[in-house]
Amino acid sequence: MTIQTDVETAVLPAERAARAATRFGEKVRVDDEGAWVVEAASLPEVARALRDDFALDYLINLTCVDWPDRFETVYHMASIQGGPPLCLKVAADKAKPIVPSLTGVFAGADFQEREVYDMFGVRFAGHPNLRRILMWEGFAGYPLRKDWREAYYEDDNKPLKSRWPEGDFFFGEDKIADWDDNIKYPSGYQAEGVESSRADDNIVVLDADELHRAPSGSERLIVNMGPQHPSTHGVFQMRLTLDGETVVDLQPVMGYMHRNHEKIGERNLWLGNMPFTDRLDYLAQLGNEWGYALTVEKLMGLEVPERAEYIRVILAELNRIQSHFWSITFLLNDIGAFFTPMMYAIEERELILDLFEMATGSRLMCNYMRFGGLAYDLPEEFLTMAQTLVDDRLERAIDEMDAYLSGNEIVLERMQGVGVLPPDMAINFSTSGPVLRASGVPYDVRRAEPYGVYDRFDWDVVTRPEGDVFARYMVRVGEMRQSLRILKQALRDLPGGEIMGGKKAWQIRVPAGQAYGRVENPRGELGFYCVSDGKANPYRYHVKSPCFVNLTALAEMTKGHKVADTVAILGSIDIVLGEVDR
Amino acid sequence: MSDNNGPLYRTPTLDPDVLEQWSSYVERFENDSDFIAQQVEQGVMVTTLDRLVGMLDGVYNWGRRSSIWPLGFGLACCAIEMIATFAGRYDLDRFGAALVRASPRQADLMIVSGTVTKKMLPQIVRLWNQMPEPRYCIAMGACATGGGPFKEGYNVVSGIDKYIPVDVYVPGCPPTPQALIHGVMTLQRKIDGQSIRDLSWYRRGEVEEIPVPVLGADLIDLRRLPEIRGQLTPVAAEGDGAGEAGPAAEPAVEAVADDTEA
Amino acid sequence: MAFGREALRGMGITIRRFYSTYRHGLNLQPSAAGDLPAPAEARNTKVPAGMPTRVGGLATVQYPEQKLPVPERFRYIPFLVYDEEPDHERADFDGVRCTACGICAKVCPPQCIWIVQGKGEDGKARPVSSEFYIDASICMSCGFCAEYCPFDAIKMDHDYEFSSYERHESWVFDLQELLHPVAYHAALHPSDYAREAAEERAKAEARAAKEAAKAAKAAAAAGGEAG
Repeated sequence: MTIQTDVETAVLPAERAARAATRFGEKVRVDDEGAWVVEAASLPEVARALRDDFALDYLINLTCVDWPDRFETVYHMASIQGGPPLCLKVAADKAKPIVPSLTGVFAGADFQEREVYDMFGVRFAGHPNLRRILMWEGFAGYPLRKDWREAYYEDDNKPLKSRWPEGDFFFGEDKIADWDDNIKYPSGYQAEGVESSRADDNIVVLDADELHRAPSGSERLIVNMGPQHPSTHGVFQMRLTLDGETVVDLQPVMGYMHRNHEKIGERNLWLGNMPFTDRLDYLAQLGNEWGYALTVEKLMGLEVPERAEYIRVILAELNRIQSHFWSITFLLNDIGAFFTPMMYAIEERELILDLFEMATGSRLMCNYMRFGGLAYDLPEEFLTMAQTLVDDRLERAIDEMDAYLSGNEIVLERMQGVGVLPPDMAINFSTSGPVLRASGVPYDVRRAEPYGVYDRFDWDVVTRPEGDVFARYMVRVGEMRQSLRILKQALRDLPGGEIMGGKKAWQIRVPAGQAYGRVENPRGELGFYCVSDGKANPYRYHVKSPCFVNLTALAEMTKGHKVADTVAILGSIDIVLGEVDR
Repeated sequence: MSDNNGPLYRTPTLDPDVLEQWSSYVERFENDSDFIAQQVEQGVMVTTLDRLVGMLDGVYNWGRRSSIWPLGFGLACCAIEMIATFAGRYDLDRFGAALVRASPRQADLMIVSGTVTKKMLPQIVRLWNQMPEPRYCIAMGACATGGGPFKEGYNVVSGIDKYIPVDVYVPGCPPTPQALIHGVMTLQRKIDGQSIRDLSWYRRGEVEEIPVPVLGADLIDLRRLPEIRGQLTPVAAEGDGAGEAGPAAEPAVEAVADDTEA
Repeated sequence: MAFGREALRGMGITIRRFYSTYRHGLNLQPSAAGDLPAPAEARNTKVPAGMPTRVGGLATVQYPEQKLPVPERFRYIPFLVYDEEPDHERADFDGVRCTACGICAKVCPPQCIWIVQGKGEDGKARPVSSEFYIDASICMSCGFCAEYCPFDAIKMDHDYEFSSYERHESWVFDLQELLHPVAYHAALHPSDYAREAAEERAKAEARAAKEAAKAAKAAAAAGGEAG
């Protein structure tokens, strides 16, 4: 199924720029990197025009850069028909940063704008719910501002002087923080009344009048699911407003796994971020590494040898299979097929992890890709084992899993017609990956903007028209089969040769500039937005997380369903908290 | 078993020294009547309270260490390896330690599997307080032990042991399933060493709860509140500049003109 | 189609797998990345040794008695290598390969390595570390230190069994705890060690050739002088 739009499908960048000049005049200036610098006041107007008349109907990334003289919010918009994204930039005043919100144009901007507000303190005028999202309300300061320093602060950049050459055997905490707990209070902070405010901020006290205004006359109830709950797939909280057993409203609360990837990433060496990317979506390690490597290779203009590209494809597709195995069986686990399918799936996953361990040295945290290639070549036994697994075992395992539960009447009852997300909404909410494709939109980064050698393989983008939980489940099953198809071709065609373009070095020079690299991870489009100022560390390192953005649509999918369905819907979005909160 | 037993699939063999010791023991039992009398006297008839408690300890600890039920509680990457350890290939159930309980009231063991963030910490401490004694805590992986690679992060607690007493630290980032099993075995050894006489949970008095930390401008450990208050006042005079502008100091969002939908 | 037929089919699969656990369980080869036993009668000649081909399952590793062998590239915590029979360059430093160049400390992403450069009696810096600490509670096992060490002095250990009851004493490894003989490294990383040895040989040959050329030159010069 394809999406019918009334506008022309492919607008070339050059043509786009020319048309922009006539259309927007003074409001838009094209900078030397091809990004559009938009006047703050006219951003919603320009974005709306781009969506409606330029076929850029899909907002894929929204972030911010803290420059010495300004804040710059950055938007990446793409066409759902495919093609590279267009970058929009809006400057905001350093002292009082205010930018108009895009939530009226793209619903998917919601959480991403909240994140920018949380991390940079940039306010979005017109945002319906501009509150902190990753940190808690009341936290002092905006952590990603360049002048914000945490309690352990030692230096702006790694390597830290205290380790080398000073060789000081003291932990940062012992020297810097007053209480060695990595805590810091702003000057003038009053800790009075803390004891009396011990009541949990998660408990919402409702107005009595509001309670009785519920449509059915019954009391509305607020239920906190999580952060410690077996079905939230990690430390994720859903604040459900219930009318009887029906969900009236849902507020996702996240940040319980916010590990400050971006702050740490801006301090690390370029190479030092590679093992940290493994810990983003820890079920799709190699996909994350590829996304980061791709972005930096774009910045540096590096060529990757053909063999390395093929090995990347092989590992990424194996990764997709193991990740989908995990996610579909955990979805089944949530809806009552308790643990048995999961145990079966983990068996297959273990075999794939064995391959990872053999090739990269670690089951989960592979740290295998380098800028311009790979850390080392595959060991000899890898190919025979991978070949057996792909030819023989995995196919049967997928078939068995499919026969096992896909037709099960109870499973169907729980999944069909639940959490329906229509295609236009899926696009507007910026969802990606299986969530988007299950709504009938054939958008896959491997097709839309092919990276690596994906354009050489024969495979299909799996879609389902229904848009419900079952469709998302079936898309994942279908994608595992397509991954096997790609794997067979990649293993057959794997060329010999080098695995590293250029010299392997730990200290690299990345030319000043900015790049947005994206890959199709099992959970959707993973993007890295990196800005280099020519130094040894990234100036800005932003991770566009597919899970985080997909969660924007969660409330919409859940409304009107029962409480028990929310776990099925959440399971079908398939979040990994390491990536949601970063 | 088939013949193709490799190094992986060998059957566990008994130590020959132990075997010899056993057989000599059996031999003496069969032939030496004094030896039997001596054994009975030592082991059954005349016994001291210490020996009795020791025997009781053996049974008590055997029961406890063979049914350490963990709390179903996963934080981050390590949780994936923890689930892999519960699953078929490594099967932590062989140690009686994979009956995952969803409620802290039924759990004996908290495996802190992943990075502890400040935002999550109040919930973790509350879960710990809800667990009944005897309870144990395994800090799984570098993050839970000492902050790990995320130690410098502003939202990361560098080690759960600053709030919860940790029994066993399991190394690795993430620990492999076998390393986690080794950690559980280390915990079993610890349980084996405990005696029913000096266990805190059979003492009089209430078990002291760990005060749940509060999230203010940063994490506030209530046990150290006087210290924090004492430190805060001089800091106010210094004024180090960073992080001064709290969100409360800035104008409310509503004050901004809503021109988006114009 | 009758309602419940598919559910029954699913149960059939469970029963089949349950049954096969007993039927095939003992004959199944557990899979591991590493050295695997050769099946006496491989059903499928394509299948490499030890690879289970049936969807039937995977055998449980009886951990403390059996251990899944880890592949050569397996990474846990780094250790330092010393040569028991050092070449002339490192003989002064007890064969410790580390020259305190600091690359590992610089490349380490979470900065868990602390090095103090050794100093001679005259106060001049010597190419050896007098103190070397690795904090295992920070280390993320990425392996960068081993990968980028120009002297092959730091390698990744395979030992994962050091769970402990406390962390400050036993998890901060100092120089003495980190140092391992080269034989230990050779046993863990045979192919890596073979590469090192080959490089070492090539270097020695080059040095010998250079010395021979020098000697020849000197001899020629001497001959010239004499002549």
